[in-house]
Amino acid sequence: MKENKKELLRVEGLKKYFNTPGGLLHAVDNVNFSINEGETLGVVGESGCGKSTMGRAILRLHEPTAGKVFFEGKNILEYDKNKMKHLRRDMQIVFQDPFASLNPRLTVSEAIAAPMLIQKLYTKKDKEALQKRVSELMEMVGLADRLKNSYPHELDGGRRQRIGIARALSLKPKFIVCDEPVSALDVSIQAQILNLMQDLQDDLGLTYMFITHNLSVVKHFSDNIVVMYLGQMVEMAPTETLFKNPVHPYTQALLSAIPIPDPDYPMNRILMKGEITSPIDPEPGCRFYKRCPYAKDCCKNPEIGLREVEPGHFVSCERIGDPELSENR
Amino acid sequence: MAENNKLLEVKDLVIRYETDDGVVEALNGVSIDIYTGKTLGLVGETGAGKTTLAKGILRLIPSPPGKIVGGEVIYDGKDLLKISEEEMRKIRGKHISMIFQDPMTSLNPVMTVRDQIMEVILQHNRISKKEAEKRAEDMLELVGIPAERGHEYPHQFSGGMKQRVIIAIALACQPKLLIADEPTTALDVTIQAQVLDLIQKLKTRDNTSMLLITHDLGVVAQTCDYVGIVYAGEIVEYGTLREVYKDMRHPYTKGLMASIPNLVENVRRLQTIEGLMPDPTNLPKGCKFSDRCKYATDKCREKVPEMVNVGGEHMVRCILAQQEK
Repeated sequence: MKENKKELLRVEGLKKYFNTPGGLLHAVDNVNFSINEGETLGVVGESGCGKSTMGRAILRLHEPTAGKVFFEGKNILEYDKNKMKHLRRDMQIVFQDPFASLNPRLTVSEAIAAPMLIQKLYTKKDKEALQKRVSELMEMVGLADRLKNSYPHELDGGRRQRIGIARALSLKPKFIVCDEPVSALDVSIQAQILNLMQDLQDDLGLTYMFITHNLSVVKHFSDNIVVMYLGQMVEMAPTETLFKNPVHPYTQALLSAIPIPDPDYPMNRILMKGEITSPIDPEPGCRFYKRCPYAKDCCKNPEIGLREVEPGHFVSCERIGDPELSENR
Repeated sequence: MAENNKLLEVKDLVIRYETDDGVVEALNGVSIDIYTGKTLGLVGETGAGKTTLAKGILRLIPSPPGKIVGGEVIYDGKDLLKISEEEMRKIRGKHISMIFQDPMTSLNPVMTVRDQIMEVILQHNRISKKEAEKRAEDMLELVGIPAERGHEYPHQFSGGMKQRVIIAIALACQPKLLIADEPTTALDVTIQAQVLDLIQKLKTRDNTSMLLITHDLGVVAQTCDYVGIVYAGEIVEYGTLREVYKDMRHPYTKGLMASIPNLVENVRRLQTIEGLMPDPTNLPKGCKFSDRCKYATDKCREKVPEMVNVGGEHMVRCILAQQEK
């Protein structure tokens, strides 16, 4: 079924390093994946694993250090400023923190109109047409018309996030990077926003890259999932497969750590040793080595890379196939 | 549960904040019991009044604007709201201690972590500095931090380790009751698992009771014996973990459960609770949830429903549950 789907975005060997006083910080290190039109790719990992940096590098909000990003078949990293600006109509982002990502001095309607004015879809003279479009967008994301002249500080987190979504939608994009769009919201509001995003995807045929640390959200939302650890992809698979058959020890530990709201659910958390290690000048070999319960000397091999364990399911682990690994499932 | 192992009893606690924009009715008659060695989980959304309750128990409500309007907090036969500030200081940290939500901001940045643990030990015990030092180092080891890191400052620690330091401070005097206000919310899931595991271990060791405040229904399911669901400053449902999770009665509890994306089953659309939490300066007259409730009738809006026992220790604040009964 998926074969005849059109690929919208393909990322090859994407790297983003930052120079820091302590050394070179490998925020995103050699990431490869693709997303088909109308689908959602979930990107999960803990804080500091580089998932947000990756989202931004794809949109060139951080200029990548190396690699290629193909959008509709063209490598956008070769685009100049003008072409890039034009491309932003197709590629948008919804930010994590609805409290920090809105200009406090713009009203709701001004905030939503801003991207369209910047992209010159409307000029200041077409006031009426622009206002009509703003009202349309507000309705689409479920914001009452009376809030048009409100300022962000008067609104709660859920409504602010709706503004962020309306802004992203205003340019009729094909692809949206959603960077933890519901993490700052209460569960009942979170469900409202997730449903909204799903409806919009169905109606407008949007393609999402959904970045989050919340595995239950990602499971609910994604077709495919990428698990990241310290800048690298450790596992990639269709959602169902990943949850049924997690192969990488990190994915296994991550899945086992989610608290399930059911007292009868058997709890066997795999507790990892220690905490995430430093991404500055990492040692060669598996970056999960120090915390991995199954680590052996062979894990220090410099080139591990992703290997396909079943169709569509890629894992980066030296010990794939080792019976010890599959015990904990 | 027998009366005699009740450690702490909150009766009808009412707390308000008097602000320029009106009176915030943060807590409207909350009653809870905490039993020795047991954990009570309080679940609710932002602004439900969970933290106000925790601070109310320890008399840490900033005043003004906060004001404890009525109620009792009975601990060890005494009403904590009536004792002197001096006596209260002896309770805090020694008998009842608290873990605050944000590990990044609740440590003193200009004191070494060992000194911060020592502070509470010296406050409550007549022992020499040397001994206190030793105990502080033992505490660090106990929470999984090498003792030699004791002379480091909070900024040299990661979030998970800071939270461990805070746990060490909270448990240094082996309190009877630990109040944990969203202890793992700021942490990643794998670190959360480590911290919850640690709290559980230490709790069992000292037979400590715990009041766990969280918005995460999953965390509650894994750590608590009793659950209270808080909405707009009231407990709307209360019972043992199993009673509440397996036989939820209040429409808000049901809505809350249904709105979490489920890892076990597949649902295409999440159920939502329409609308928002009511403004605490202008609460509805009757049931606080009536504006968002699918089943609400005019009767619900007339007066605040009573807590009704629906079997066992299971209590619900809803007219419909009363009728079902």
